[in-house]
Amino acid sequence: MSPLPLEGIRVTDFGWILAVPHCTAWLGALGAEVIRVESMARPDLGRLYPGSAADGIPGINRSGGFNGLNYSKKSCNLNLSQPKGVELARELIKLSDIVTENFTSGVMGRFGLDYLSLKKINPDIIMLSGTPLGKTGPLKDSVGWGPNTQSYVGMTYMTGYPDGSPGGLGGTWPDYMVGVAMAFAVMSALHYRNRTGEGQHIDLAMGELVMTMLPEGVMDYVMNGRERYRMGNHDEVMAPHNCYRCQGEDKWVAIAVTNEEEWQALCQVIDKPEWRRDERFSDPLSRWKHQDELDRLIEIWTKEHTHYEVMEMLQKAGVPAGPSFDTGELIDDPHFQSRRLCLEMDHPEVGPRMAAGLPPKWSGIEPHYSHAPLFGEHNSYVFHDLLGLSEEEIVQLVEEKVIY
Amino acid sequence: MNDKQALSDLKILEYSHLASGPFCAKVMADLGAEVVKIEEPGKGDEARNHGPFPEDRPHPEKSALFLHLNTNKLGITLNLRHPLGKKLFLQLVEQADIFIENNPPKLMQELEFDYEHLMKINPRLIMTSITSFGQTGPYRDYKTTELISFHMGGVGYETPINQVTDPEREPPLKAAGHQANLLAGWTGATATMAAVFARQTTGRGQHIDISEQDAVANMIRPNFSRYSYAHEIANREKRGLPWILPCKGGHISFSPQGDRFWRGLMEMLGNPEWARNEKFKDFTTRREHVDEMEGHIIEWTMQRTKEEIFEKAQAHHIPCFPVNSMSEVFRAEQFKAREFFVEIDHPVAGKFQFPGAPYKLSTSPWQIRRPAPLLGEHNEEIFCKRLGYKREELVKLRMNGVI
Repeated sequence: MSPLPLEGIRVTDFGWILAVPHCTAWLGALGAEVIRVESMARPDLGRLYPGSAADGIPGINRSGGFNGLNYSKKSCNLNLSQPKGVELARELIKLSDIVTENFTSGVMGRFGLDYLSLKKINPDIIMLSGTPLGKTGPLKDSVGWGPNTQSYVGMTYMTGYPDGSPGGLGGTWPDYMVGVAMAFAVMSALHYRNRTGEGQHIDLAMGELVMTMLPEGVMDYVMNGRERYRMGNHDEVMAPHNCYRCQGEDKWVAIAVTNEEEWQALCQVIDKPEWRRDERFSDPLSRWKHQDELDRLIEIWTKEHTHYEVMEMLQKAGVPAGPSFDTGELIDDPHFQSRRLCLEMDHPEVGPRMAAGLPPKWSGIEPHYSHAPLFGEHNSYVFHDLLGLSEEEIVQLVEEKVIY
Repeated sequence: MNDKQALSDLKILEYSHLASGPFCAKVMADLGAEVVKIEEPGKGDEARNHGPFPEDRPHPEKSALFLHLNTNKLGITLNLRHPLGKKLFLQLVEQADIFIENNPPKLMQELEFDYEHLMKINPRLIMTSITSFGQTGPYRDYKTTELISFHMGGVGYETPINQVTDPEREPPLKAAGHQANLLAGWTGATATMAAVFARQTTGRGQHIDISEQDAVANMIRPNFSRYSYAHEIANREKRGLPWILPCKGGHISFSPQGDRFWRGLMEMLGNPEWARNEKFKDFTTRREHVDEMEGHIIEWTMQRTKEEIFEKAQAHHIPCFPVNSMSEVFRAEQFKAREFFVEIDHPVAGKFQFPGAPYKLSTSPWQIRRPAPLLGEHNEEIFCKRLGYKREELVKLRMNGVI
């Protein structure tokens, strides 16, 4: 295969926890040299999360969440609360194309590592800053994570059971979603720089990004003054459209009927031809009005089958349907396996473990996956090879808790 | 000619409908790429039939979904089943850097517009195909909708997160809107940029295969790691403190997870009597008595509005935001200060505020150069000015069902 698309690009990565680390995993797997700047003075919470410690034994290199997110990167230690630490960070940035960070708004500025300061030492630097609501505005210094930020912009208000409270999305939305968009924004800025020689600052607000993906809710309010409300799995138009219980514990299948043809096919598979003549169900508007009753009737049938059986029968008849997979089922699913999203990565401390690679399949790019770095694993490479410090100087800096 | 935007040198052809493909093309168009969007003559993109509509009056030029997802694009009509339509399509492919589509693989093969065919016409072409399950695999020809994709990608099973106490009666949920579709679109755009870089070295294009299911499963990536580290299966059941709590007049989203925030939380609550009980002395004991703790906290939140709690929590550096309704979003100072909403003037739909830039690029900014196209609006521009047809010939093409 050809060389990787981002070969020769260096990223100084101050990102932590979820969003920026996902972005830089894309960049690293696509060939960029991503150097994480980490410190014991403020360790990445992802490394410490007890819930995903390998075999229940905690350790800074043993976190599944971290290792599965930070592959294809290097790690060096710099304590930014020490002036010498900041100085070395600036030296590293001088040699870099991209700087990424998702600290609370004022933090990089306090260290003198804000975009305007960095532009002075590296005029065409591209800097990505991720925050909940942006680097400007009255709420620029807000502390918030994905689950909270999605609430600020209306997502959770519109998600949930009709008689229940607002609901957050699975997968600590929108953190990983934002990572995908960040990688796009960074590559777009790099593309611009290739044409013009100019770098720039990317101010990415998680909340603004989520709203770009909520046009229905936003525009119904703009155009009609209407608040879209929680409707469970139901749809504004389609019916039946829901999750139905199947055989087994907490097993569900999702079914969505989008047109008359599919409705008739559904009735045929369930062997209820009388539904097609039933006044409650015989046209799309009545079906929608009576969908609670219809849901109950459909569930009588689905409960007699496994969710896989329902999917197979309905897909064969041309009706959209499929299980609400839990992670274990997904891992064992023959189609999901054939796509090879999940790969095994060997790690020096915890051995071979599973991680999700990058979702796209390119015919001309084979992403490069290497294990997530041990904490400070590349100190020698960064400080000696890249920045030219001597062994003695490095030892001294370790003692002074600059390389820390 | 637009030069000032990040992607203004890229020429993109789009043959896609509804959400995933159009959104992929939109995010690139909004950063300056030229996107020529092909729609079927007469019908157009099915999104044109989707609400919301102004005053609930359906009109194919006034669908808010279509208007949002197709900003900055040139629109043409073309019948890809007509022999002359095919010829015109291939002429457009010859001139394109990138081709974005979200059609079933079988259809593209049937039309002979799959990558194997198109690369012969244009070896530099980057073709981005976004489908429910990808170009290969046992479910390749299965049908999905947003609902099915969200659930089959594994995120539905965990939604609403950390909230459910009776899983048998509280099913896995989809999110509001078209999250799986739009996420697949964005995944396609990011993948496309990688291919643009690859082409700089190799001079060749390639095929990008996006499975919506994989794009969604990417959102629960820690689950795959955790499964092999600790054999956990994540689901929607409440574990510990919920992240969304009721308060006076609404709800607050609040994550005082772990020890880090305990002190701040206690200060915020005014160091209450109940917290001095042995039951709440450390992380482990607090986990054991979490239901009781939740009760105490809710007692406090129910006496305060979300704005009050938000201000107090932020003052104590606790991650917290109010659960806003859309009207509250529009009243928020933050979006006004950021000038987030932009007014777009559309020749038929009129002027409305739309969600604006998802990121602020300091040198090559996001920009609305033109609203979403009318059906066939740029037929003359493309078929006459670029492909050399005369205006009179356009009439013949229309009457022959080609455009």
